Amino acid sequence: MRTIVCLKPVPDPKHWSQLRLDPKTKTLIRREIPSIINPLDKKALEAALQLREREGGEVVVLSMAPPNVIPVLREALAMGADRSILLSDVAFAGSDTLATSYVISAAIRKMSPYKLILCGDQTLDGSTGQVSAQIAEFLDIPNLMHVNAVETRQESGYRVRSRIEHGNMWVGVKPPVVLSVSKEMNEPRYITLMNILEGERKTIENWSSRDLLLTEPWVGLSGSPSQMAELFMPEARRRLEMLGGAPSEMVKRLADRLHRLGYC
Amino acid sequence: MVESNIWVFAEQRQCRLADVGLELLGKALEIAAPIGWKVAFVLVGHSLNDLTEQLLTYGAHEVLVADHPLLSSYCNQSYAKVLENAIRKHHPEIFLSGATAMGTDLSARLAAKLRTGLSAHCIGLELSSERKLLAVVPGWGGNILAKIYSPSTQPQMATAMPGVFEKPQRRKPRGKIIPIDANITPEDVTYQVLEIERGEIQEDTLERAEVIVAGGWGIGNKEEWHWLEKVASVLNGAVGATRPPVDEGWAKEGQMIGQSGRTVHPKLYIGVAISGQMHHMVGIRDAETVVAINQDPQAPIFEFCDLGLVGDYKEILPPFIEAVKQYST
Repeated sequence: MRTIVCLKPVPDPKHWSQLRLDPKTKTLIRREIPSIINPLDKKALEAALQLREREGGEVVVLSMAPPNVIPVLREALAMGADRSILLSDVAFAGSDTLATSYVISAAIRKMSPYKLILCGDQTLDGSTGQVSAQIAEFLDIPNLMHVNAVETRQESGYRVRSRIEHGNMWVGVKPPVVLSVSKEMNEPRYITLMNILEGERKTIENWSSRDLLLTEPWVGLSGSPSQMAELFMPEARRRLEMLGGAPSEMVKRLADRLHRLGYC
Repeated sequence: MVESNIWVFAEQRQCRLADVGLELLGKALEIAAPIGWKVAFVLVGHSLNDLTEQLLTYGAHEVLVADHPLLSSYCNQSYAKVLENAIRKHHPEIFLSGATAMGTDLSARLAAKLRTGLSAHCIGLELSSERKLLAVVPGWGGNILAKIYSPSTQPQMATAMPGVFEKPQRRKPRGKIIPIDANITPEDVTYQVLEIERGEIQEDTLERAEVIVAGGWGIGNKEEWHWLEKVASVLNGAVGATRPPVDEGWAKEGQMIGQSGRTVHPKLYIGVAISGQMHHMVGIRDAETVVAINQDPQAPIFEFCDLGLVGDYKEILPPFIEAVKQYST
């Protein structure tokens, strides 16, 4: 059985406060923010590794990103993935979720037969949470999101617990299926030095658009219906007034102001 | 003949309507009115008669209903197929749904079927002068907002966070109920819901609260959390939290405010020991008055508040509670 884990390198949120907009071009100034594995994708990989421990098979990590994300893929290999495939091509640049899902689904199709495709529910940066469902749609197979437990049943496939508003639902579904996992799924394993050395010995394959059977022109910027009309920072429309003094004075002034505003 | 230009997905599970569908209907009616567009509620499921009548009281021009025994429990593939057929037949300009567990993956599959763009988790919706849907979408943990649109494909699609828009007032029923085809087969239902575990029903007290007192990581431990409850109590407010207190178990998941939690609209928000990360602050954008209490004068929250107090909350909250009590008596 083959499990494919879709993994996105994302800019490390520790550095996001440095994000600024260029006042003239209104584009994002990212500077050199280092990448990490999107945290929920790491949980997807952990889930794949645990399933492999129970049932055997192969875990392939699939990522669509520029080539400078190799260190992030190395980390996935160190965690225990068997293979890593990087989908990298200038033709993919500017892809929105639809185009991204289309390219990833073409790569998955090339890896048939597969039983399970695991993703994180959403990424830290874009947070659209659309790609897993759209991959499934392009592959014409079922998908479930917000997954926090997966049980295997011999005859009938998987029994999956998926979080909904006010609770969970248990769902029976047959493979192949795309599951995207939520934060309650698991805690990813730690990586030892041995793991890192083992990861170094594995190869990272690079597939370009020519390696994929892309039947439609839905890649890159031209294949992306969504466009950005405008980027802006949340407006700082509040006028800060500091209430200074000793704690007792501050408190008195605050209570007085709230009283005048009618809150007490 | 279906005439509506904007379709709003009326999310229901076990015949219980989700508020977000009503909130989106309210917003859709608001943006449609100036240009004379019509708005439809789209209901998919089985045995929906009671809901259908109810939906007519919220002001939709049409209620489109796909009713079929195979649609009795939600499956994204069967629901998406029914909606795809209806959209291809009637060509609405815009299709909106909630950014809920159901709405998120249903819309994503539907957008892929229709090869159109989908703006996710939006916190604002506008119609441009060219009648393009501009969706305000937070990215990078709320540090950046983007206006996203799909100028060349139809329908234009977006999902909106629950609690962002206001539900319309109920009124005298109006509009037409129009059945739509539900040509599906058992093969379209590709997974079976075996069991639903109902968790604690989270009341929408935060969304309705006029005063919210929220705590962050700086509260330090569970034992001190009661100070927030005491402040909220004297101000007749509710208690909210950032992510760390929820992860630590000091507060409940339903109390989390921000991009991955709730969007709230209080008159007064008091942030205690909260640094002010954007993914939290984006959830309180609409608050009328924002008060920040933090030991660190450099905390980002001071850039987004009206009244700031630098100091240890343990020295500020106890006398503050007493001071408020004096005004109230």
